[in-house]
Amino acid sequence: MFGYGFMVNAFAAAGIVAVLAGVVGYVLVLRGQTFAGHALSHVGFSGATGAVLLGVSPLWGMVLMTLAGGIGMGLLGEKLAHRDVAIGLVLSMSLGLGMLFLHFFTASASQATALLFGNVLGVTAGAVWTLLALAVVSLAGLAVLARPLLFATLQPELAEAKGVNLRLMGVGFLAVVALATALCVQIVGVLLVFSLMAGPAAAAQALTARLARGVALAAVLALAEAWGGLTLAYHTDWPASFWITALSGGAYLLAALRQGMRIRR
Amino acid sequence: MTALALSGVTLALGGREVLSGVSFAVPDGAFVGVLGPNGAGKTTLMRAVLGLLRPVRGTVSVFGAPARRGNPAIGYLPQARGSTAGLRLRGYDLVAAAASGHRFGLTLGGAAERREVDWALDLVGGTALAERPLGELSGGERQRLLLAQALLGRPELLLLDEPLASLDPRHQHGVVTLVREIQQHLKLTVLFSAHDLNAVLGVLDQVLYLGGGQAALGTVDAVVTAPVLSRLYGASIDVARIGGRIFVVAGGQTVGCAHEHAPLAAG
Repeated sequence: MFGYGFMVNAFAAAGIVAVLAGVVGYVLVLRGQTFAGHALSHVGFSGATGAVLLGVSPLWGMVLMTLAGGIGMGLLGEKLAHRDVAIGLVLSMSLGLGMLFLHFFTASASQATALLFGNVLGVTAGAVWTLLALAVVSLAGLAVLARPLLFATLQPELAEAKGVNLRLMGVGFLAVVALATALCVQIVGVLLVFSLMAGPAAAAQALTARLARGVALAAVLALAEAWGGLTLAYHTDWPASFWITALSGGAYLLAALRQGMRIRR
Repeated sequence: MTALALSGVTLALGGREVLSGVSFAVPDGAFVGVLGPNGAGKTTLMRAVLGLLRPVRGTVSVFGAPARRGNPAIGYLPQARGSTAGLRLRGYDLVAAAASGHRFGLTLGGAAERREVDWALDLVGGTALAERPLGELSGGERQRLLLAQALLGRPELLLLDEPLASLDPRHQHGVVTLVREIQQHLKLTVLFSAHDLNAVLGVLDQVLYLGGGQAALGTVDAVVTAPVLSRLYGASIDVARIGGRIFVVAGGQTVGCAHEHAPLAAG
């Protein structure tokens, strides 16, 4: 399987993104912002297709738009936090806009499919390095925010009283999420980002109540699901994105069942 | 020594004056019950002491210095909003989040930080509780952990905002007794807001009644009297003492009794 260069690239890219998605996703689930993360990937779709139209790399268009979207959402802060309708509308408008850009580009359906459902087998060696660099930036950002972000997430009133800037935390974290989302799209596509960001994190939270262990478990689960999906895709010739989402959903289901059984006992 | 002093303080929320020209001084080491109906300004007052709300007029000073955000001398237990109630997260991690949580960087759980968290948990008798997920704790157990969190950094003034809300009488008694023990052990000044005077009556040094934009501070015998409360609320109030409990009666109707809601809520 590793005799093929594209498989090596796919494993490297999926590995980098999975670890990032697991860690960032854990905080996203803890903060109850998974829907915002989901919406950011859709915002990125218009950026990616717009970039294609302008002849720029879709990854950078994606990064730019998700970052703008994430920072915007963070600035609106509490006002937007529980407005599912507003987030949903922005989400579908972005998809529509992306569709329009694709129409002007008269792109082949495969371009749209790659963006929407991912094309991990098409990742080049150069792109792997770009993904690595962006993942390091995103994780570094999260590491800097970590302490006050956790405080602001768990006890916002107390954190505010102790001098934590809640808005800065909201904006900073969504910028980190935006970057992570843009990278996830390269693996599983706009529509399936949820499976890497939220799936492993939610499963990890069902399996352990310890914070550090939960973050590590989320990263390990995401990695196992991404690499497992690639391996299954190689042997079955079915799409990798399908297998990753199936493994992610399955892992969450098992974790939730285990938790449910333990509570009933 | 004065722990907390307000002088001519007016506090407003969204253009509405909640407190108007209020002055009082809380002596160091006092256990003060903060009482008054909903909207009387109990939370607003605490936010002003924390430096989160700037007074329209007047000055708020804490241990002689103007109120400011991030003052390490103040511990705070915010009114429970239940946001952490359903979390599948260990209690320890919730408490520890507040230890040096105001500084940037990655939590690696340094030894000094862990010692501080363990000290606070031990003080509230919450060491075993902290190993369980928050979602599996009762309201009283969760309140115990939040109290430990408020004690991190060894504050001298403790602001407890409705720590008895949604607790049954037995757990209410447990929390009140625990706070009193810790207050005396650490020689803290405590502002403890509550709906029901009788729940905290046994431990109070002083009572701070808020109402009608005004405040009255003093011993229970001095403040919880018909003339003082009548003046505070601008209505005819009677106070009855029966079997060690105090009932506040307005306009011929009992509006504050042991396990009913806010004194004067209907007044």
